[in-house]
This record gives sequence, structure tokens and C-alpha cells, in this order.
Amino acid sequence: MRYILQRLAQGLLVLLGVTTIVFALTFVAGDPVATLAPLEATPEERAAFAHNMGLDRPIPVQYVDFLAHAARGDFGMSYSSHEPAMGEVLDRLPATILLTAAAVLFALVVSVPLGLLAAINHDGWIDVVARFFAFLGQSIPVFLLGVVLIIVFGVELHWLPSSGTGSWKNLVMPAVAVGSFSAAVLARLLRSSLLEVMSQEYIRTAYAKGLRGRVVVVRHALRNAALPFITMLGLQVGFLLSGAVVAETIFAYPGVGRLAVEAISRKDVPVIQSFVVVAAVIVIVANLFVDVVYTRIDPRIRLR
Amino acid sequence: MGAIPGYVGLLVLLVLIAAAVFADQLAPNAGTQLLLERLDAPTWAGGAHSYLLGSDNLGRDIFLRMIQGARVSLTVGFVGVIVSGGIGITLGLIAGYLGHGWDRVIMRVADVQQAIPVLVLAVAVAAILRPSIVNLIGVLALTTWFTFARVVRADVLSIREMLYVESARVVGANARRIIVRHILPNAAASIIVIATLQVGNLILFEASLSFLGVGVPVTTPTWGRMVFDGLDYVSTAWWIALFPGIAVMITVFATNLVGDWLRDALDPRQREP
Repeated sequence: MRYILQRLAQGLLVLLGVTTIVFALTFVAGDPVATLAPLEATPEERAAFAHNMGLDRPIPVQYVDFLAHAARGDFGMSYSSHEPAMGEVLDRLPATILLTAAAVLFALVVSVPLGLLAAINHDGWIDVVARFFAFLGQSIPVFLLGVVLIIVFGVELHWLPSSGTGSWKNLVMPAVAVGSFSAAVLARLLRSSLLEVMSQEYIRTAYAKGLRGRVVVVRHALRNAALPFITMLGLQVGFLLSGAVVAETIFAYPGVGRLAVEAISRKDVPVIQSFVVVAAVIVIVANLFVDVVYTRIDPRIRLR
Repeated sequence: MGAIPGYVGLLVLLVLIAAAVFADQLAPNAGTQLLLERLDAPTWAGGAHSYLLGSDNLGRDIFLRMIQGARVSLTVGFVGVIVSGGIGITLGLIAGYLGHGWDRVIMRVADVQQAIPVLVLAVAVAAILRPSIVNLIGVLALTTWFTFARVVRADVLSIREMLYVESARVVGANARRIIVRHILPNAAASIIVIATLQVGNLILFEASLSFLGVGVPVTTPTWGRMVFDGLDYVSTAWWIALFPGIAVMITVFATNLVGDWLRDALDPRQREP
């Protein structure tokens, strides 16, 4: 429990850092008034704009004010819709979480059997083929996979819809496009950690006790290879979200990624800021979750 | 995997680098628009005109534009890694060697950055900055340095305790000499491996950012943007989006092959069984 609380405190500290970076985003381009005010604004209009936005105050004051609002989830109004920016992002979030969850599911369904088969048939043909596909999966950009899927399953075969939302069919291609990279990474990792575990003494002991191969692999090897696998799965969440941004654009999928890309073309800074914070919160929560799972699997961590 | 895939990857990379360096000689007419020959299929797929990989919606030769696109991808990949590595290695050395407060601050900043998906942060920053290759390289360096910093720091922490470093310190070598003569050469292997793999990652990031229309001006031919431009025509003229995407994949695949080969050769402890 103390371990989890410690992790939670760390997560909050990281979130504070993220908010600081997000605050700094307003200033990367130099004078925020120049970036945000309409091009044709007169100097008086600019001054009024700066005053309305609170941009004429000292930066430390603006920072504290920003944090105070951020703590309540308030990142200002969207410049284009004049609705709360965070609200807009949260409205679109469920769609992205659904897509990311489907991508994780795909990654697990592919990587666990692939990694297992490759490790059991070490250096056999299954291993070679699995490693080749894992290598390939790590090199394919999300947008290429998206395009290939659309050409094959959307245009040629008419099996799946190329864009939109509403049915599970809409989720298949984006999830595969987003999840493939992680599937490849996880399969490689599972294979190599299984091989490492299986060279350990206690595995030899298990075999010596006369246990069957499958029992040894599932009960002893897989359990110990699970730790690095889960860590890597946690680390993949960031990549999955990055991939979702691209995939949502390809498949016209109405999630936060697409909202962010639209916000970017309009320079809608509050929406972009809310999006970055939400993405970071998801990554932090995912890693916290990994820590909790850790304590369930490995009693050594619980007791520390 | 053995050395042969590594050589293949290296060869592919050299060809791509040559294409990028001599892009203006190889593809001087990449911008030429022949509207009468627009959306023409590749010659080997029934195209009416002689385009190796077809023409796009404005009647431009896709293969020639891809040669020009190699320039952006490889520049961002290699220069980006040099800048990102420069920052990351320096901070990793400081964190690992000086330790204490330095280590804390640098590693906490790395933690914070790691919580924001690279592409998400890069998209946000690049969207606010003016689009240009220099800005893009800066953004990618600032969002990826921590990979280098973590690896170098970990290396420094173990090398620092080695007996030969201890001896150097005893005979009066100062911190700078110890870092340059003893620590860096021993950390070089993992730095080279990470750098190679990061080239591929940065090329993927660049292509994704260009695809989303942030980073490089949208008029510059880049592989990512070409894929995006082809999306509208994917049901009739699939070649527009497909081939530039394949170019990204081949490039990343080649760098990953080289990276894996270097890791097995230089850093055998990390070798995959």
C-alpha cells in the first residue's frame, strides 16, 4: 500500500511537470498575443485581447493562475467553438479509449501466442517467421498499414468500412493499424524473456520433477516472463495514443486525436493543451495500473 | 539475426542517402505538373504514360517526388539524432557522473517528458511553431533526448565504479579527463546502438508529423505528406498513398536491421537469444 501511495505521489508530481510544459507551450512561439490574436488586429485590439486573456500580467502570476484553473480541469475556452476546451476533449475521449483498448486487445491476441510459439520452437521455422514479422511490425508506420488495410479490405474486398464509427466493424482496421507496432514489440519481448527464464535453474528443476513441457511453460516460465511484458505493455500506451492520432485521421474516426489535429490547423491552443494533459494523464494512470498489477504478481515488491 | 541482414540494411541506407544527396540531379523535375497525365497508374500496372510508380492528382511523377522526399526524411533522421543525442548524452553524463541534485532534476524532467507521448508533444509544439525543417529537428530533439540520457546515465553509473576509473581518479585525473578518456569510450557501444535505432524512430516521427500536416511546410515533398495527399484518391489511385508509405517502411526497416546488427556486434550483453 505504501508503495502504491508513493507511486501515486510521483504520478501527481509528473502531472505538475506536464502542466508546466503545457503552460510553456503558450510561449514557445514567442509573444502569444502575436500567435493568437487575429492577423488584422490593430495595436489597440491586440492590447485589449492581451488584457482579456490575462496575457498582460507577469508570467509567474499567469503560471499560478493557470495551475489553479488546471487543477479544476479548466484550460479555458476553445477559440473556435467557445465551449470549455477540456469538455470538448473529454467528449471525444471515450471513442479514443475504445480504439486504444481494441488496439491493446489486438496486440495481446497476436503477441502472446506469437512470442510463446517462437520461444517454444526456438530457432525453428516458426521462430524465424515470427521474428521476421515482429521486425516488420516495428518498421511499418501506422499510416502505411492504414492505407494497405483500406486498399485491401475496404476498396477491393468491401469487407470493412474505410471510415466513420458506429459498429464494431469500424474499429477493426484502426485497431489493427494502431496495435501492430505494440504487437511486434511485445512478441519480441515475450520471446526473449521466455527464453531467458527457461534457461534458469528452477525451470530445469520443474522438468526434473517430471512435469510436462506445457505445464512448465505456462505455470513457471510464463509467470516469470510476465513482469517485463507488463512493464512494456505500460510503456506502449504512449505509442498507442500517438498511433491513434494518426489512425483517427486516416479512418475519419471521431476521437481526441482527430479533434487535436483539427485544433492544430486552427491554432486552438486551449484544446491542444487539454489534449496534451489528457494524453499524459492516461499514460500516468496506465503506469500506475502496471504498478498495482506488479504488486499482485510479485510479492517481493509488495513486501518492500 | 546474423551479419547478412545488417549488410543488406546498410546497403539500402547507402542507396537512400545517395538518392537524398543527389536528389536535385536525379529528380530535377519532381515538381513538374502534367495535368493531362494525372492519376496515371504505374507502367507495370497498366499506366498509359511512362511513370515508374504512377502520377499523382496534379500529374506529378511519384517516384521523382519520393527521391526528393528522401532528403527531408534522412536529414531529419540523422541530424535529429545528432542534436537529440548531443543533448541526451551530455545530460546523461552530468546526471550519472555528478549525481546528487543534478541526477534528481534531470531524471525528473525525463520522467515528465516520458509521460507525454512523443508524437503528442511534438504535434503540439510543431503546430504552434512556424513549419520548417530546423524547427522540426529542434522539436524532435527536445522530445526524444531522454532515451539517450537514460542509457548513458545507466552506463556511467556502472562504469564509474570500475577499478580503472578509480585508479585514474587516484592518480589525479580530473572529472573531464575521466569522462572523455574512460567513461565515454566505454559507453560508446550502447550510444551507437541507440543512435542507430533512434534514426529509424525519428524518421517515423517525421513521417507521422508530415502526414498530419505539421512540421515541414506542406508544399515540401515529404513521404508522410504524400501519403496524406493520396488518401482522397485511395479507392481509385492507390499508388499515390502506397509507395511513399512503403518508402518510410523500407527506410525504417533498414535502420532497424543495422541497429540490431550493431547491437549484437558491439553490445553482446543485449543480444536477443
